[in-house]
Amino acid sequence: MILLQALAFILDGQNWVSGPRILYQLGVTLSISAISVLIVVVIATPIGIAIGHTGRGRGVAILLSNVTRALPTLGLLSILIVLIGVNATPVAIVLVLLGIPPMLAGVYAGIESVNRSTIDAARAMGMTEGQIIGRVEIPLAAPLIVGGLRATTLQIVATTTVASAFAFGGFGLYLIKGLNTADYVQMAAGAILVTALCLLIDGLLAVVQRLVAPRGVPRDGADSASPKPRARASRSRATATVSPLQEGMQS
Amino acid sequence: MIEFRDVTKRFPDGTLAVDDFSLVIPSRQITVLVGSSGSGKTTLMRMINRMVDATSGAVEIDGVNVSTIEPVKLRRSIGYVMQNSGLLPHRRVVDNIATVPILNGTPKAQARERALQLMDTVGLDRSLAERYPAQLSGGQQQRVGVARGLAMDPNILLMDEPFSAVDPIVRDELQQEVLRLQAELARTIVFVSHDIDEAFLLGDQVVVLERGGHIVQKGAPVDILANPATEFVATFIGADRGRRRLVVSDTARPESGDDRVLVDSGGYPVGLISARDGQLAIGSPTPKSRSVSNKTDQAGDA
Repeated sequence: MILLQALAFILDGQNWVSGPRILYQLGVTLSISAISVLIVVVIATPIGIAIGHTGRGRGVAILLSNVTRALPTLGLLSILIVLIGVNATPVAIVLVLLGIPPMLAGVYAGIESVNRSTIDAARAMGMTEGQIIGRVEIPLAAPLIVGGLRATTLQIVATTTVASAFAFGGFGLYLIKGLNTADYVQMAAGAILVTALCLLIDGLLAVVQRLVAPRGVPRDGADSASPKPRARASRSRATATVSPLQEGMQS
Repeated sequence: MIEFRDVTKRFPDGTLAVDDFSLVIPSRQITVLVGSSGSGKTTLMRMINRMVDATSGAVEIDGVNVSTIEPVKLRRSIGYVMQNSGLLPHRRVVDNIATVPILNGTPKAQARERALQLMDTVGLDRSLAERYPAQLSGGQQQRVGVARGLAMDPNILLMDEPFSAVDPIVRDELQQEVLRLQAELARTIVFVSHDIDEAFLLGDQVVVLERGGHIVQKGAPVDILANPATEFVATFIGADRGRRRLVVSDTARPESGDDRVLVDSGGYPVGLISARDGQLAIGSPTPKSRSVSNKTDQAGDA
């Protein structure tokens, strides 16, 4: 019955503006997430493009990504808060570190997935490297790039809850407060809220992923040689959350 | 005229792909570089548009060393047709053909109009213009590839095994199409192939290559067939297996008329020869004359 009570807690309009102030905590969650995602995109996209385009630096990227993944989020956040203080900066740093690997993987895996002979032909007919990246590689890699963005965003939104352990706002606050005061209804409400937010954002990005899928391209990428696919039907299945980094970890 | 002068290419991994290669490729003719894989034929061709840079030696186009021309500019002035067409899968046929003119600053409407004309030139129905490459057959894709190669009206057209991935009937049509186009347009075509029959069919000049870009023999197909320079060439063109050694069959013959059946030394039928009054026909038909009359329509490979 805790779940029903939690739902009642969430559906109570009063709780959105006063008391637990769900609306405000949603704003905090979204803004810190948005800033972190933006920073990740700005950092990881060019690096991913460079790796994917040149085929160089993949090993280093995998190594660094794995190191980042191995960092204990809570521990790192504690240290940074001690060093910097309780504000958005340490939280953003941790979220960015966490968000870079999936974004980077999506971008370079996307670029790498573009058929080599397509790129070769583009170069042979006289495209500059910039034109190859902008007019061939990125359009064809777009679904995988957005796939990386999806993974990154989910990771970041979900992890904002951790920041609440340090009196920083967000839905995690309900988890921490609820735990401290044995208010399990509030805890459940926090869990539901963050889950719902993640699902909503993921759904939106899934739509974006479909919209950016290049038209005319068969589902499994840039294989122009395959015979007569139904171009439109196939693009709806261009969902992919790549994790070549994890493959890298295992090998 | 394209001239290779003492060209050597060593790849960073140490492979010597081309070793001291010299060749003159005459203008307005088809030169076919033919050889097995590893003979350096594609590497040689890609040196012309600087997709590969020579380690030493010079490649000249009309006396200008290509290394002095900026690669992007050079490539846009040379048509390039590759195996599997290399079309941009996310662009419609007409946009694929218009890609290079648009990069060069041709207004879009004009470039698309020109692209439609080129579709006529290569025997593609204009109704295919708005399709994506994946919606075309292999043969149609190759035609689009050829149209794209011709989009800048280049003097030089490089063709890298363009028909090796299509089925034999379509390949035959496309080869005839190349001959028809060449009769019409008269470009300098460099054609890379591993198929000696294709080389003999298309080439004004055929250059037989061995590992490392060594020229074993070059010349008109008829000369190579008449006088293979080495065992290797004889093997390569099939002379040693008797595939080119024809006899008049003493058993098979048409039910009526004077024709006799020619078979190779394996006994496989290869053609007919007229033998009026027992006298085998001798003559000198103009090479390639059939290609002009033999216009193929594109319905066959749709």
